[in-house]
Amino acid sequence: MRRQLFSSLLPLLAAVPLTAQVAIRGETVHTMAGAPISNGVVLINRDGKIEAVGAAGSIRIPSGYRTLSAKVVTPGLVDAHSVVGLAGALNQPHDQDQLENSDPLQPELRAVDAYNARDVLVPWLLSLGVTTVHTGHGPGALMSGQTMVVKTVGGSVGDGIVDSVTMVAMTLGPDVSRTFAPKSPGTRAKGVAMMRAEFVKAMEYRAKLAAAGDDAAKRPARDLGLETLVAVLDGRRPALITAQAVPEILAALRLQQEFGFKLVLDGAAEAYLVLPQLKAAGVPVVLHPTMARQSGGTVNGTLEDAKLLRAAGIPVALQSGFEGYVPKTRVVLFEAAMLVANGLTAEEALATVTIEAARIIGQERRVGSLERGKDGDVVLFDGDPFEYASHVCAVVVDGRVVRESCR
Amino acid sequence: MTRRSSFVALALALSLPVGSAAQAPVRAFSGARILPIAGPAIDDGVLVVQGKTILAVGRRGSVRIPAGAEVTDLAGKTVMPGLVDSHSHIGDADGADRSSPIQGDVRILDALDARAATIQRAQAGGITSVNVMPGSGHLMSGQTLYLKLRDVGTVEELLFCANARTDVCGGLKMANGTNPRGAAPFPGTRAKAAAMVRERFVKAVEYREKLRAAATDSTKRPTRDLEMETLVEVLDGRRTVHYHTHRHDDIVTVLRLAKEFGFKVVLQHVSEGWKVADEIKAAGVPASVIVLDAPGGKLEAIDMSLETAAVLAKAGVPMGLHTDDGITDSRFFLRSGGLAVRAGLPRQTALEALTIANARMLDIDDRVGTLEVGKDADFIVLSGDPLSVYTQVLQTWVEGTKVFDRADPKDRAFAVGGYGVMRGALDVHHHEGMEGH
Repeated sequence: MRRQLFSSLLPLLAAVPLTAQVAIRGETVHTMAGAPISNGVVLINRDGKIEAVGAAGSIRIPSGYRTLSAKVVTPGLVDAHSVVGLAGALNQPHDQDQLENSDPLQPELRAVDAYNARDVLVPWLLSLGVTTVHTGHGPGALMSGQTMVVKTVGGSVGDGIVDSVTMVAMTLGPDVSRTFAPKSPGTRAKGVAMMRAEFVKAMEYRAKLAAAGDDAAKRPARDLGLETLVAVLDGRRPALITAQAVPEILAALRLQQEFGFKLVLDGAAEAYLVLPQLKAAGVPVVLHPTMARQSGGTVNGTLEDAKLLRAAGIPVALQSGFEGYVPKTRVVLFEAAMLVANGLTAEEALATVTIEAARIIGQERRVGSLERGKDGDVVLFDGDPFEYASHVCAVVVDGRVVRESCR
Repeated sequence: MTRRSSFVALALALSLPVGSAAQAPVRAFSGARILPIAGPAIDDGVLVVQGKTILAVGRRGSVRIPAGAEVTDLAGKTVMPGLVDSHSHIGDADGADRSSPIQGDVRILDALDARAATIQRAQAGGITSVNVMPGSGHLMSGQTLYLKLRDVGTVEELLFCANARTDVCGGLKMANGTNPRGAAPFPGTRAKAAAMVRERFVKAVEYREKLRAAATDSTKRPTRDLEMETLVEVLDGRRTVHYHTHRHDDIVTVLRLAKEFGFKVVLQHVSEGWKVADEIKAAGVPASVIVLDAPGGKLEAIDMSLETAAVLAKAGVPMGLHTDDGITDSRFFLRSGGLAVRAGLPRQTALEALTIANARMLDIDDRVGTLEVGKDADFIVLSGDPLSVYTQVLQTWVEGTKVFDRADPKDRAFAVGGYGVMRGALDVHHHEGMEGH
């Protein structure tokens, strides 16, 4: 039973390309692009892209393709907001890189500069079917830094990178005050005032840049933080604002209206209390983990948050979120499973960790569904993906079979 | 889950002089698939309850339903014993303070809020019996309580024991590994921690000798010492030590201490129990396992395994599961059994690990943990298989009284959360105290 050595080798093995042409048969194939297919086949070409998806009768598996079979097949799962790779499993100061607490406003911090692809939590997520994570700087600062999208494979950040700068992570509420005490922001209102001031500065910076035009001599001195915020103001990078309680959620909407950036609401434990406002603002929600501990900001969350958001027509995806204690990460497969016991159909619950998540993080052209031309990211289950006693028995990423044992 | 303390107290007062179960009303629950745990599943079963006690359980037709019994049709439902949680922190209580690492005199009895939302949440999760403990930030953080989750208003009414002043009403919480470490007077190393515990137990052995020598001569008795009195209960095997321990070497240290002083112990959490399953088996000590969704969060949980429960069971270790609520939520206790099955635990063993195995660890297996004639009428009504994610706890019954009904909007609120029902439940307490669990 001394498996420590063996399990620590797994991430290294995962980096080895095992095959390029793969055919996957599933008794049920959830493509997330139309109804599930009975006795379906997914073909993945030499480039690791999906070349065909359909009923077994309509697709011939070419010779030379490695064939895998499973009861149930889904797209690789997409975690719409995580801190894996930055918030290390050990939970010791030296491996906690998701939150820099020297200053509450540091949008310039890049996720790629902090991501540890070999942290044990990365292959842990992979082993449970999560192939794409939107990860990076975590909640806790007004502007904690940038996020990125990465596949859960490879030995270093470059191996799995999908998008090196995705959003800018921001947080409103008492958690920020706790992080920075005794410095400002000591209150929620002060936090919003500081955010507004920073966005105003960014607008002025952008105006100077525009006025300078091509004249390099007239440009303002480079400012990494303001450059990042200009990208937010221009709509090139969404602001991912963690806001759990109603006052924070409304403050986030107010900031969005004032500065016109693209907003993705994160956490949103009390979103069900302000559904009309969220709907009117057209804001998608990266919802707290279903089983998030009900304490602090999430004390007023409900197991039916996803159901209520969906019913209101608000796009919703699930996140593994940040955990300050055990377990150090949640797993969106498990969190989505809990939704089927709380008002969502299995297909709807699956969408929160596949195609909806992919859309919200802007990667729906590559991941989140099984469609021709998309990345060959596939999960093979020995039963209903959401049942406790089912297993993930194989995981394919970019056409490579990176895991082939049941967990 | 209305608070009917005055009603219950009145009922108790009225029923005691009458004394006989014969007069208590009889209810029959028929048509459900019954999982008695003590035996194989019974399709189309009947459970007959008289007052607070199980009168009969069996297949429809083989069980006599007394005339006049109120019959409830549970066709399509599943019935099993109320869940027994061997490690929880519901009730918003605290134990020892930071003044010293060993505080065996502190009782969680004196801090528990019987009306806490966390208790109602546990009822919503199907938990009917629970070991509520102080935290793990001390070598010895105080006396635990074995509770029955009745609908009552005071901690006294939740107790298994009859008299909180004279009876042993729970166990003793101890911890090793990283949690109890700290600046003096807390231990700085593992060996120091063990030495401090040994020293205190040596003192308790001497205290007991003085008590024995004095026999009935009160003038010869040592000065009363509340902690020593508690440790004498431990040495005498009347109070079980619940030892928070994660790492394989810490687990073995607990076994070593238990052997030296002969105390009865339950290993709690045992994240690395899979590495020392044979040692645990050889010591004949039971283990209560926490099921977590991922490793890490603290150094000694880095090597936790989903397979721990399965490995221990296979080695023959008496094994149960627990919530450690709020580390995992009481409403998801059945899920822990499901995940343990995912990792190789046999189904029946998983169901036992949620019920009778824990009851044995708490020495309450004569009253709860299975559906058997003469045991307390503690049971839950489920919409389907207990180890399926699609299943909901529909009703929770304690001693013949329904304490949770998902059909009642007030109760449902605790099953689902939100709208303020949990507000104040875990708030500040767990933000500051998470390390202590």
